[in-house]
Amino acid sequence: MCLAIPGQVIAFADDPTFAKVDVAGVRRTVNVGLLENEGVDIGDWVLIHVGFALSKVGEAEAHDQLRLLTALGEATLAMEEVAGYTFAPDVEGRG
Amino acid sequence: MTNGMKYVDEFRDPALIDRVATEIRRVVDPQRHYRIMEVCGGHTHSIYRHGLRDVLPHNVELVHGPGCPVCVLPTGRVDDGLAIADHPEVVLTCFGDMMRVPGTRGTPLERKAQGADIRMVYSPLDALKLAQDDPSRHVCFFAIGFETTAPSTALTILRARELGLDNFSVFCNHVTIVPAMRAILDSPDMRLDGFVGPGHVSTIIGCRPYEFVARRYRKPVAVAGFEPLDLLEGILMVLRQLAAGEAKVENQYRRIVPWEGNVPALRALATVFELRPYFEWRGLGFISQSALKIRDAFARYDAEARFAVPGVRVTDPRAAQCGEILKGVLKPPQCKLFGRECNPEHPVGALMVSSEGACAAYYRYARVEEAAGA
Repeated sequence: MCLAIPGQVIAFADDPTFAKVDVAGVRRTVNVGLLENEGVDIGDWVLIHVGFALSKVGEAEAHDQLRLLTALGEATLAMEEVAGYTFAPDVEGRG
Repeated sequence: MTNGMKYVDEFRDPALIDRVATEIRRVVDPQRHYRIMEVCGGHTHSIYRHGLRDVLPHNVELVHGPGCPVCVLPTGRVDDGLAIADHPEVVLTCFGDMMRVPGTRGTPLERKAQGADIRMVYSPLDALKLAQDDPSRHVCFFAIGFETTAPSTALTILRARELGLDNFSVFCNHVTIVPAMRAILDSPDMRLDGFVGPGHVSTIIGCRPYEFVARRYRKPVAVAGFEPLDLLEGILMVLRQLAAGEAKVENQYRRIVPWEGNVPALRALATVFELRPYFEWRGLGFISQSALKIRDAFARYDAEARFAVPGVRVTDPRAAQCGEILKGVLKPPQCKLFGRECNPEHPVGALMVSSEGACAAYYRYARVEEAAGA
């Protein structure tokens, strides 16, 4: 349960502590409140854990993480997790 | 050797792996036996999955640490959580891993089949959403996890307060890794030479909290990532320090882990939680100041303040040796139940439930290696 899932920020919600991310084609809203000091922009890559972005990562690192999840046999679980976030199904991006 | 390398080959530049492995062999004293603990369950999983033990010299032993959240949760706390689910108004929510952890009266999944309203969620925010959507029910989130996960729970509680929700609570079982490392270092039957520090936990807490390991206990620590190359580099950092007679904290995972940690996360933790005087860990017993409690200011969100829980200490099944494995005294196949009564389909102990548990990882990967004659 402790592996982090890489996703790319594609839009912000009206409440800017939430952002829509794309994780290998699955689009869901996550909380980006933990990154308030660093700041998050559209196009940034983040590592997601239980619905929250834990840290920003470079694009190459994001791809490495996705490959790592695949290698550990956890990619399917990770995708299920992201697809399973139901806390903000209807948040529409304004970015 | 070859079988382990096969796993590595399919994943990362084998030349790089080879270079680090060669350097490891160069710095290792063949007369000495090294015991290095990988604290994190994610590391344990990666080590077995990639056959990294076979890349290391025989006198470098990896000892699996307590960093698997469901593994260290004692049976009594599972029972306490399930007792909350007995209240007819309660919807108990938990992560998927938690659903199959055995309590005295069965697993959450079994209790659900018997009629308790227990639901799996992927995020504490999903539990909060359930509470928002149905004010007639009380939604309790069974929170487990180390510092990687605890900030998410803290932010969810802060959000519940913002929303003024009164039908949401958290059964808090968050634990902190550093006191467990100290307990292991103080344990008389545990001789360790150094630590590979956890990756994602350190994203939150940074590297500073490990400095006591180097200063007080004179043991090296290298915080490392999860890829085979990361782990080997972390192990090499520890071995280099040992060769030089040094003890310090190094950060192999700088691309993710800031030395000072994540400041907003640490602030959220400090706002919502305080340290419990002591908390029971499976296998390690009671460890002082090793777990988080919801502060009185947030008592309305604390399930332990709202519901009476039995709070009974339950010993593990006698035949299972989860404790010895969690402390690194035994390896999984040395447990009498391993692979027989206790397997991933029917786990007796929590270490067989989570993919980060040493037993599940060993069952899934190492047995195959052995069958292949590695």
